[in-house]
Amino acid sequence: MKPVLKRGITSHQVFWPLVGLALLLLFNVIFTKDFFLLEIKDGHLYGSIIDILNRASILMLLTIGMTLVIASGGIDISVGSVMAISSATIAVLLSGKMIDVNQHFVPNVSLGSALLLTLGLALILGLWNGVLVSYFGLQAIVATLILLVAGRGIAQLITSGNVITVYHERFFYIGGGFLFGFPVSIFIVGAVFLLTLILIKRTPFGLFLETVGINRVAGRFSGVNVPLITLICYSISGLCAGMAGILMTSEVRSSDPNTMGNFIELDAILAFAIAGNSMAGGKFSLSASMVGALIIQTIRTTIYSRGVAPEIMLVVNAVIVIIICSLQSERVKSIIARYSWTQGTA
Amino acid sequence: MKIPIKAKYTSMAITIGIFLALVVIGSFAYDNFFGAQNLVNLLIDNSFLIIVALGETLVIISGGIDLSVGSIIAFVSMLAAYLLTTMHCNPILVMVIAIAVGGVVGLLHGILITYFNVQPFIATLAGMFLTRGLSYVISTDTISISNPLFVAISEYRIPFVFDSFLSIGVIVTLCMLLVFIYIGHYTKFGRAIYAIGSNEQSATLMGLPVKRTKVLVYVLSGLTSSVGGLVFSFYMLSGYGSHATGLELDAIAGTVVGGTLMTGGVGFVVGTVFGVLIEGIIQTFINFQGDLNSWWTRIAIAVLLLIFIAVQRVLVARREQKKSVKRVETIEGTAGAD
Repeated sequence: MKPVLKRGITSHQVFWPLVGLALLLLFNVIFTKDFFLLEIKDGHLYGSIIDILNRASILMLLTIGMTLVIASGGIDISVGSVMAISSATIAVLLSGKMIDVNQHFVPNVSLGSALLLTLGLALILGLWNGVLVSYFGLQAIVATLILLVAGRGIAQLITSGNVITVYHERFFYIGGGFLFGFPVSIFIVGAVFLLTLILIKRTPFGLFLETVGINRVAGRFSGVNVPLITLICYSISGLCAGMAGILMTSEVRSSDPNTMGNFIELDAILAFAIAGNSMAGGKFSLSASMVGALIIQTIRTTIYSRGVAPEIMLVVNAVIVIIICSLQSERVKSIIARYSWTQGTA
Repeated sequence: MKIPIKAKYTSMAITIGIFLALVVIGSFAYDNFFGAQNLVNLLIDNSFLIIVALGETLVIISGGIDLSVGSIIAFVSMLAAYLLTTMHCNPILVMVIAIAVGGVVGLLHGILITYFNVQPFIATLAGMFLTRGLSYVISTDTISISNPLFVAISEYRIPFVFDSFLSIGVIVTLCMLLVFIYIGHYTKFGRAIYAIGSNEQSATLMGLPVKRTKVLVYVLSGLTSSVGGLVFSFYMLSGYGSHATGLELDAIAGTVVGGTLMTGGVGFVVGTVFGVLIEGIIQTFINFQGDLNSWWTRIAIAVLLLIFIAVQRVLVARREQKKSVKRVETIEGTAGAD
């Protein structure tokens, strides 16, 4: 009876990432002072936990898109560039810069239309990736490499290579405001997560997605519109990257096309991978991916709050990737299984 | 069997053709563009990128990817600068250590990928974080190299045709190219790489040493990265953790433009050299034009990537079509004979 029960809990994919997150938090409880302390200042909640959630929001948004794309058997390495492009776009649309340059023809657009235009552009970039992968049959890594290389150039083109400062008060609410005492960004991520969860759990899309990821030929023969499903995944990834770009611009109140979202695609892929998802596509867990993103942010916050030099972050990242990925491999799993089996019989 | 080989050559021939076309266009468009030294400078300025791309090519032909090459360059430059300037080590010893470091990182990748089944993308990503992080651990500042031997190597000029000169880096690059042509096309190991890239399962069934070959490919890529890092140190005479950021993308782009398929099994190291040179010549164009900003380089390289990938797609599609037509013909032929 007991082993069956044990397998029941641990077989949930979200279990091991949660254990990892719990261990990290436990470490913080013991070694970091006031880690779980929540304070209410001016009706807003403050504390390390809220901070982690708030700071993880950008990575979580990207990870949602990345999860769908990798589940479909692809990869999207262009999300950082899409972030830079959308950040540059919204900064230019909202700043007064355009007016100075072109006084009569380009008015400063309203916040709503700026958001819509930026998200529209991000969607188009996602569609571009999706069309290249699904209708032209390009390998995902090559197809998105094109936008990765071009993207930062395009972003610099939009801002003429400058860092653009945004002075739009209402826009700052997205990345720095509070709703019911919580940062607004948490609600944005929550909404996107729930919508995606509904899409994959309550509609046939989730099933189709797994079919495409596991075996696209079999999927095609069983009547799944494989190109369309793939296209939707890349479009959602583009949209998520666009939202992440907007969120980050709102948070830092400026747009720097050179550094915005640099290498963040690697973090998103990492969040997906350390959650125990298969990089080969197919079966996946969106919730586990979210926990993966939280793990990465918790590690980061832990390192900063421990006063460790931020340069070590990369080394720690590397060690964690190596440990988690080797733990997932069959070789290590079989060693652990053999060990626990002898323990059980003894 | 002849058709696929032809298709492979076509891809590389297009690359070389485009390179020559760009040289011709440049010579007509700009004064002083067509000069021996100008063309040699292409080699000098891109020597470390070419070296790194050679290793990357073999990795991609074997069906993998190596994201760590840029970071290894940064780490090697940092380590060399630290050992020379702060620790005052023997320069020869420093070179040996620097080259060994790349091999060790490559070995780590290879073991993770083959024995722990970690995706190449993830394993080399870890290596990228590790080496870049370690170089920041050594120091977050730039360390300049003033060791007499390194400076002498850096400043040494070898006379070449038409009053031009070569640097030691170019000589190293050309030697590496010869070594890689030999490895890729004239050794069992090279043929095994192509076989694994085409179909790993078949390669295993054929009794090829798949695991050993894969580990060796990553070790080789690590070694080329560290040699590239040394050449980079000669070129820059400094170590800095943010050196060569994003260089892995240039290496991968150069490889793809050079006609290597990302799916593995198809490609030439010579093609890669021209792929990297095309990237370099685009940069030169933009320098000569003057009124174009640096971001146009990236956009131009991306457009070129797109064109190349499209051409490759068409070639592969046509090849597959021909194959299936041929198969139908043979089936009909045998049916008729019966």
